[in-house]
Amino acid sequence: MADTAATATPETAGETGDGIRRRDFIDIAAVSAAGVGGLAVLYPLISQMAPSKDVLAASTTEVDVSAIQPGQAIKAVFRKQPLFVRRLTPAEVQEANATPVGALRDPQTLAERTQEGHQDMLVTMGVCTHLGCVPLGAAEGEVKGEFGGYFCPCHGSHYDTAGRIRKGPAPTNLEVPEYTFTSDTTIQVG
Amino acid sequence: MSFPWAKEYTPANGFTKFLDEKLPLPRLVYNAVGAGYPVPRNLSYFWNFGVLAGFFLVLQIVTGIILAMHYAANAQVAFATTEHIMRNVNWGWLMRYAHANGASFFFIVVYLHIFRGFYYSSYKAPREMIWLLGVTIFLLMMATAFMGYVLPWGQMSFWGAKVITGLFGAIPLVGEPIQIWLLGGYAPDNAALNRFFSLHFLLPFVIAGCVILHIWALHIPGSSNPTGVEIKSESDTLPFHPYYTVKDGFGLGVALILFMTMVFFLPNALGHPDNYIEANPLSTPAHIVPEWYFWPFYAILRAFTVDFLFIPAKLLGVIAMFGSILLWFILPWLDRSPVRSGHYRPLFRKFFWFGLIPAMIVLFICGGAPAEEPYVMLSQLATAYYFLHFLVILPIVGQIEKPEPLPYSITEAVLGSDKKAVLGENASPAV
Repeated sequence: MADTAATATPETAGETGDGIRRRDFIDIAAVSAAGVGGLAVLYPLISQMAPSKDVLAASTTEVDVSAIQPGQAIKAVFRKQPLFVRRLTPAEVQEANATPVGALRDPQTLAERTQEGHQDMLVTMGVCTHLGCVPLGAAEGEVKGEFGGYFCPCHGSHYDTAGRIRKGPAPTNLEVPEYTFTSDTTIQVG
Repeated sequence: MSFPWAKEYTPANGFTKFLDEKLPLPRLVYNAVGAGYPVPRNLSYFWNFGVLAGFFLVLQIVTGIILAMHYAANAQVAFATTEHIMRNVNWGWLMRYAHANGASFFFIVVYLHIFRGFYYSSYKAPREMIWLLGVTIFLLMMATAFMGYVLPWGQMSFWGAKVITGLFGAIPLVGEPIQIWLLGGYAPDNAALNRFFSLHFLLPFVIAGCVILHIWALHIPGSSNPTGVEIKSESDTLPFHPYYTVKDGFGLGVALILFMTMVFFLPNALGHPDNYIEANPLSTPAHIVPEWYFWPFYAILRAFTVDFLFIPAKLLGVIAMFGSILLWFILPWLDRSPVRSGHYRPLFRKFFWFGLIPAMIVLFICGGAPAEEPYVMLSQLATAYYFLHFLVILPIVGQIEKPEPLPYSITEAVLGSDKKAVLGENASPAV
């Protein structure tokens, strides 16, 4: 279409026989660059709402567990949420192990929920897996529920001595956070 | 209003048809910044700065809302939360540097926008209302920028707040009670910081509202152009989209390159080191200056050093500083020349380039310099010329000047001829 050159308008300039214009390349390149640039700008705008560095720095907690007697529990704080550390009595360990795993809503054995050699030390988040209330049963004199572990008063979830959900609306067992024994009497959570 | 040859919006599919009947938002956009807005075909890059100012307003609102998510307006922790943003918040440094430098760039593009208005007399009929709204936006911007600068609660923040509210203390009789009322105390503290934060959050949305009115008022007569000759026919115009969306897009690209260079490589070049020292009500920094965009007006404030009759120097300076901007409100009625563009006004051009612009540069430099000689004398001379220019020279020049011949039309100015050109009409100003 050589004859178009004389009467070329921006709409037809450089048009080839198959209807593709040289201008199309500029159009696509410019819109693509602006699109990619726009998406790149979105990343920091979204990322800024994620936990800041000072919040992440507070995400490991050391807990001294030496003073906890069998049958007692303490509440610590991990990531601004309650953490239950409980030393089980031999009876409670036995009860947890005697429960048939297959019948549980979230099948897990006590051994899977504790660390080797410390089967009587149950470390769980004090956050009900239903909607996030703090279950009762860690402090002296609190209701421990029908299964002797924890009981969430908000919507009536009962946890057993291994912190497993047994009755009520909660979908899963109380979460066991990542932790290690840094000594026989100290654990580091997170 | 629009020109009779403006392209009409036609909904492409069922959904846009539905929308056009119920809420014609696509039609509004099409007629405002789309193909439905005919624009003079001869606009130079000086016509980019309105869109750029709009961009920087949006940037300031977006980054500002994000900063407000992490900042606490409390004199105990404001400085610490600013550092928290810089050190802890993901990309917080980018948000704060973009906001601080964004304010500077907002002023740069607005000053160029105003410069365009001065040189091409964009304020003249039929565009007076656009100009009045523009001056209002500029005043709101200055108030917003000042209050934003107080929020990090550094030394410059604190003393800036004290000095600027002190301006109101110059008002006779009621000045001191007004200053105390503005601060909610005897010196800037928690009360002042909190109300500045609240207003700093509010005013950008007031500015956005004024910007909508500004653009609305613009669309009634349509955009001006470098010749100052009004649009006569379709051949004088191009649709805004794609011609000026592309031209503005290119200008935006250049502005963003400069802006990001500042943000990434010179983020504190336009700030003051003293503002990284927490506010201390017992110690004033040795050299206290406002942000660079206030320098010309700060120089006018400081130019008045002696009392005149029974008016104290302090009050004179304050009146002159506010007056230097407020007189822009009557500018459309001071400059009575029927020719708009400075391009065709030889006498106006001389006073503009060799009078007003040097005076503004001198005021800018003196405003950033310490209050000592020769800067005081220079700012006095420049201040005198500034007021003389607007109040005396502009009205007289409009009367005595013989303008150069104007083109018959925009098309003739661009292409050298206009088939509708009528011989003999070129000599008289076509307004």
